[in-house]
Amino acid sequence: MSDEEFHAGEVTLVTIVAEAIVEARLLRALKDAGAHGWTVTAARGEGPRNRRVGDLEGGNVRIETLVSEAVAATIMARLAADWFPRYAVVAWTQRVQVGRIERYL
Amino acid sequence: MGSDTLQLALDNIVSPPVLAFALGLIAVAIGGDLRLPDAVYQGLSMYLLLAIGIKGGVALRGADLGDILLPALAALALGIVIPLVAFAVLRWLTPFDAVDRGAIAAHYGSTSLVTFTAALVFLEAAAYAVDGYAATLLALMEIPGIIVGLMLAQRALGGGVAWGASLREVLVGKSILLLAGGLVLGALTGVTGYARIEPFFGGLFVGILTLFLLELGVLTGRRLPDVRRGGVGLPIFALAFPVLTGAAGVLAGAAVGLDVGTATILGVLSASASYIAAPAAVRLALPDANPGYYLTAALGITFPFNLVIGIPLYLAIAKAVIG
Repeated sequence: MSDEEFHAGEVTLVTIVAEAIVEARLLRALKDAGAHGWTVTAARGEGPRNRRVGDLEGGNVRIETLVSEAVAATIMARLAADWFPRYAVVAWTQRVQVGRIERYL
Repeated sequence: MGSDTLQLALDNIVSPPVLAFALGLIAVAIGGDLRLPDAVYQGLSMYLLLAIGIKGGVALRGADLGDILLPALAALALGIVIPLVAFAVLRWLTPFDAVDRGAIAAHYGSTSLVTFTAALVFLEAAAYAVDGYAATLLALMEIPGIIVGLMLAQRALGGGVAWGASLREVLVGKSILLLAGGLVLGALTGVTGYARIEPFFGGLFVGILTLFLLELGVLTGRRLPDVRRGGVGLPIFALAFPVLTGAAGVLAGAAVGLDVGTATILGVLSASASYIAAPAAVRLALPDANPGYYLTAALGITFPFNLVIGIPLYLAIAKAVIG
């Protein structure tokens, strides 16, 4: 099948790994920033500060969302302002190819 | 402690739940990994909350509301006063700022389900009856301490804490919904309904508690290296404060006319520190408070202390006061 039939195109994948306790709040913030959907999976790991209560509240979660470049920038800016200083949160972005691009823009 | 209480304390140490806790601690010390899968741990905590709630609810159905009023008021008063005292004592014992002190006060004001459960199992083995509304006291003491602790920290921060939202998340969180829901469920279904689920919620109870304590042993073991980070004041607080509040709880119980077993439970509830509901609320409302302090004190020191020494000690106090 060709790219055209897939409606393929480039979007930004934002991946956030955070202590599970903030999951609900984080997802609300993502929605506010313009994300239409996401995938959440349980995650394990260790960070440099380890200032969290994760062990009692379900460890970490990994949230992935496919968004436009502008929405990704908004998400990263809000994370930097409200989340990074307070909670165990890491986030990164990458440009990826997706099918049915109209779903994400 | 009298010699018979000492014997009970020794029996307690070799009870399966306490030994499982020790196994978890030892596993961490030698680098092993005995953690339960996350979903299992969450499931077990749901089971314990619901089982305690239902059992309490069944007993509540047969109880006279007039009998419960005074103990309930005593429990509420303790839930409010204990964090205030903790906040003041910590100022004297530690160099912590108001946020960390408020965070720790919230934990000690709230209660620990597993300590309560271990005390029920201990008292049952020692043949002391506990009034059925004990689980109601547990539910009543879970939240006020958290609110007071957060308010103390908030006052110091000048009102910049969005703790209303955090509190809502705790109130609709698993621990309150299951406990309160279980109480209602038990009260509605009564003895006849309970008989049908007793093999699961009653018969298997101590076994499930044993599994849960294995997990808590691992979590406690992981917290222990943090103990020295809080200075000497924190361990002193985490060991001495429960004795003070445990005795206060027993005395309050005696004052409102509770029997030995139930007064011991009120002592245990007063002495125990939360490590499920309070950490969640505090983490959300006071992200700047250091979990290395509040979790280490509540889970790393006070919980094992109460499990092994505190529970028999509060019974000994109750026996001395009430006879």
